[in-house]
Amino acid sequence: MWRYFAPAAAFLALGALFAFALMRIQNGTLDVREIKSPLIGKPAPVFTLPLVTDPSQSFDSRSMAGKTYVVNVWGTWCPACREEHDSLLQLARVTGVPFIGIDWKDDGQLAQQYLGQLGNPYQQVVADAEGRVAIDWGVYGAPETFLVSPAGIVLAKHAGALTAAVWAEKFAPLVTSGGSR
Amino acid sequence: MIPELGTLALVIALLLSAAQSFFGLVGAHKNKASWMQSVMPAVAGVWVFVSFAFAILTYSFITHDFSIAYVATNSNTELPLMYCIAAVWGAHEGSLLLWILILATWALLVAMFSKSLPLPFRARVLGVLGMIGVGFTSFTLFTSSPFLRLLPAAAEGADLNPILQDPALAIHPPMLYMGYVGTSVAFAFAVAAMLSGRIDPAWSRWTRPWTVAAWMCLTLGIALGSWWAYYELGWGGWWFWDPVENASFMPWLASTALIHSLAVTEKRGLFKNWTLLLAIFAFSLSLLGTFLVRSGVLVSVHSFASDPSRGLFILGLLLFFIVGSLTLYAIRAPSLRTDGGFELVSRESFLLLNNALLVAAAGLILTGTLWPLVMDAFNLGKISVGPPYFNMVFMVPTLPLLALVGIGMHAGWRRAALASKGRRLALIAGGALLVALVITMGFYGSIGLPLTVVGFTGALFVMGSALIDPITRWRNKQGMSRAALGMAVAHFGIGVFVIGISGVASYKIEKDVSMGPGDSAEIAGYRFKFLGTDNVHGPNYEALEARVAVSKGELPLTELTTQKRKFKVQTMPMTHAGIAVAWNRDLFVALGDELGAGKWSMRLQYKPLVRYIWIGAVIVALGGLIATLDRRYRVRVTADEPAPASADEAA
Amino acid sequence: MIATRRWMVLLTALLLSAGAGAIDTEAAFADAARQARYEHLTNELRCLVCQNQTIADSNAGLAGDLRREVKELIAAGKTDDEIRQFLTARYGDFVLYNPPLTARTLLLWAAPALLVLVTVGAAARVIVRRSKAPIDADPEDMV
Repeated sequence: MWRYFAPAAAFLALGALFAFALMRIQNGTLDVREIKSPLIGKPAPVFTLPLVTDPSQSFDSRSMAGKTYVVNVWGTWCPACREEHDSLLQLARVTGVPFIGIDWKDDGQLAQQYLGQLGNPYQQVVADAEGRVAIDWGVYGAPETFLVSPAGIVLAKHAGALTAAVWAEKFAPLVTSGGSR
Repeated sequence: MIPELGTLALVIALLLSAAQSFFGLVGAHKNKASWMQSVMPAVAGVWVFVSFAFAILTYSFITHDFSIAYVATNSNTELPLMYCIAAVWGAHEGSLLLWILILATWALLVAMFSKSLPLPFRARVLGVLGMIGVGFTSFTLFTSSPFLRLLPAAAEGADLNPILQDPALAIHPPMLYMGYVGTSVAFAFAVAAMLSGRIDPAWSRWTRPWTVAAWMCLTLGIALGSWWAYYELGWGGWWFWDPVENASFMPWLASTALIHSLAVTEKRGLFKNWTLLLAIFAFSLSLLGTFLVRSGVLVSVHSFASDPSRGLFILGLLLFFIVGSLTLYAIRAPSLRTDGGFELVSRESFLLLNNALLVAAAGLILTGTLWPLVMDAFNLGKISVGPPYFNMVFMVPTLPLLALVGIGMHAGWRRAALASKGRRLALIAGGALLVALVITMGFYGSIGLPLTVVGFTGALFVMGSALIDPITRWRNKQGMSRAALGMAVAHFGIGVFVIGISGVASYKIEKDVSMGPGDSAEIAGYRFKFLGTDNVHGPNYEALEARVAVSKGELPLTELTTQKRKFKVQTMPMTHAGIAVAWNRDLFVALGDELGAGKWSMRLQYKPLVRYIWIGAVIVALGGLIATLDRRYRVRVTADEPAPASADEAA
Repeated sequence: MIATRRWMVLLTALLLSAGAGAIDTEAAFADAARQARYEHLTNELRCLVCQNQTIADSNAGLAGDLRREVKELIAAGKTDDEIRQFLTARYGDFVLYNPPLTARTLLLWAAPALLVLVTVGAAARVIVRRSKAPIDADPEDMV
């Protein structure tokens, strides 16, 4: 009477699902807290925001057309941003890819001091005091980093501190192929 | 030295659990009386050593021994004594220790109160409980020990999460775990019955009070959690369909089905297989909840610090117990099929439909809880399944269930002589509809949501129907068995609960306002006047307290205080709401942020009938209590019920 | 991996600071219908930082921004569907607590009907079969 084994089989299947999910969590291919961006493969949101370094001037993201560039969302209030700062400085220097900083819901004075003390990795750094542009980019925490192609398409997103290793794994392969497009 | 004693006590408890399991199961199999006799002292020993370990952890919290990592991360020298004690189960490791202690307590109770049961059966039940003890004690020792040292010791503790610093922490988790872990008793009875190969009405009679007792604790535990979330976390919400809540609700639904199915097995000797399956399901869902909450596969508001290696361990335990017992079921079930008929309309039919709908409801919650994980695991995208989904789909099985409850409890066994009560039921249904219309249209002035009238009518119908028998019997000066009275009370409680849900879901009013001292705002005819603010010093927090005078028309009702607390160590702000309770509504005030210019944001809420949600749950649990005190559960095994022991070889 | 974990710690800290719940600081809609739509929408949108709270319940900064966004979109005359679209284009379906019906959620949405049909169907089969069986009379279990 095979049907009496149906409950056991159903629970085994459920167990297999859990084991599969746990295995993927353990080897790092599944992160239940990560929210994948629907922007990847889509045109990057366009924004015009005042510069942190000089609020009387503004920056238009359309001026980056034709270049591969990085958008990095950060804030002086965010400890993980402090943590990634040194690698940002280094990556901006080594890779030659321009970094655009979006200072998210922050105090402009503090941001200027922060960049003055620690160094400024950004080609341009803008202030998103009200967090509207961050919503357009689907930002849900800081730091978050996006890679945009010369055609203005979002190629990749990384949530969390951007390290050299993350760059090499997630972004670097796309810079060469995406850059020539 | 002290925490090492705790570890040692747990190791001894582990060894004793292994002995309990071995001598219980193997002793019964080989029919060695001396082996089976040794199980009882082992059970007592496990309880003593687990209690000792628990006492040591409590002592370490009280004495602020920050050389223990768990104590250092979950308490602080300024933490009030009550929370120091409750902090023992405030996080993953300690709550597992509580889990084991409660398992040991259930086993001890079974050992003490089952002296009338045949020895082999008793040995098997305790043996199965011992196996569960081995599993969870080793899980604690090897992956989640609360006694690990922190070297060098911390100078000060990181404090207990402020959200947990509430008196409810002292009672909610222990009560919930009594229910959660209590499902293991019915499971052990089921496995013991399958091992002996025999199930008879006596088996159901033994199993029922334990199942009802655990179910009662689970009912109260869930209700306490809901009440806690209402005043502390949720700003007036009482159920969020969070995975943690779902994890406790699924075993409740399965246990509820089990109680009803056991009734049929006891009275008619039918549905034996189904009853066994439900006993396994209830425990499985309880283990599944433990897995979901502690493994980190799901994201929840209050999940424990999780880690996949712990997840794998629990998954192993889960599969061992569930697949093992279900395989045993598959082997035994074909021989347990029974004949015996009943008419289309009979209590058996109603109870079977009740079981079908309860299982559908549990399956629905399982599907909704796991679907995001399924999609995530197979890279099909991330989705959220939350309150809008559950609130809607949960009606599908539960509304018919409400109607069935009202009628079904009057159906007789084998064939329902409903005709005699049919007229009265029809009258009650008509009256319920009328009262529902008066409440909605008359009292609240609107028909509410699409299902408001249906909800009130169903609730009133069930309440009225539950009262028929107690009132008739009381009038005729007839006695009533406690089991029957308990059933009537529990069903009445379900009605009260539904009244609460219908009222608050349909007629609640929320308003966010900005007020300065002297300003007032009005909702639902109640006027809230902001009197002013004071600084308040708590034991381990500083608070700003707002005083709000509440009046209805010209009539002053009460003065409420609401606080914004800032804890010294974990500097998170916590809001403490002010709630004014009356028989027909709660008024809820919560202080928000300072807006400048002397203004504050404040949330005012009017929650009609919300108390009946928890009052209903308490009445349901009370019904369970009355039923467990029924005389027939205390009758010793009599001669006409041969002990299953004799059937062992036959099976 | 370690960096990710630290970032999670930060997220947790954000989540905890959100434990207190949310109160709108801006004025409500004068129009009751719009206010009702606003409350309905914010109660079915998921706060992304806090992992399992609605944006109506969460006190996180992002939840406040999203409430403001919803409020402005309603004021601008957008329909509920357009507002949901606006948010899913940025955050994906994850932001919706009421999952949209797609091929991948078909079973989820069919679950209530399927489960009730299967369980009640099975119960009905048993009831019909048993109703044809002889009814034994066992004096021991009379009520």
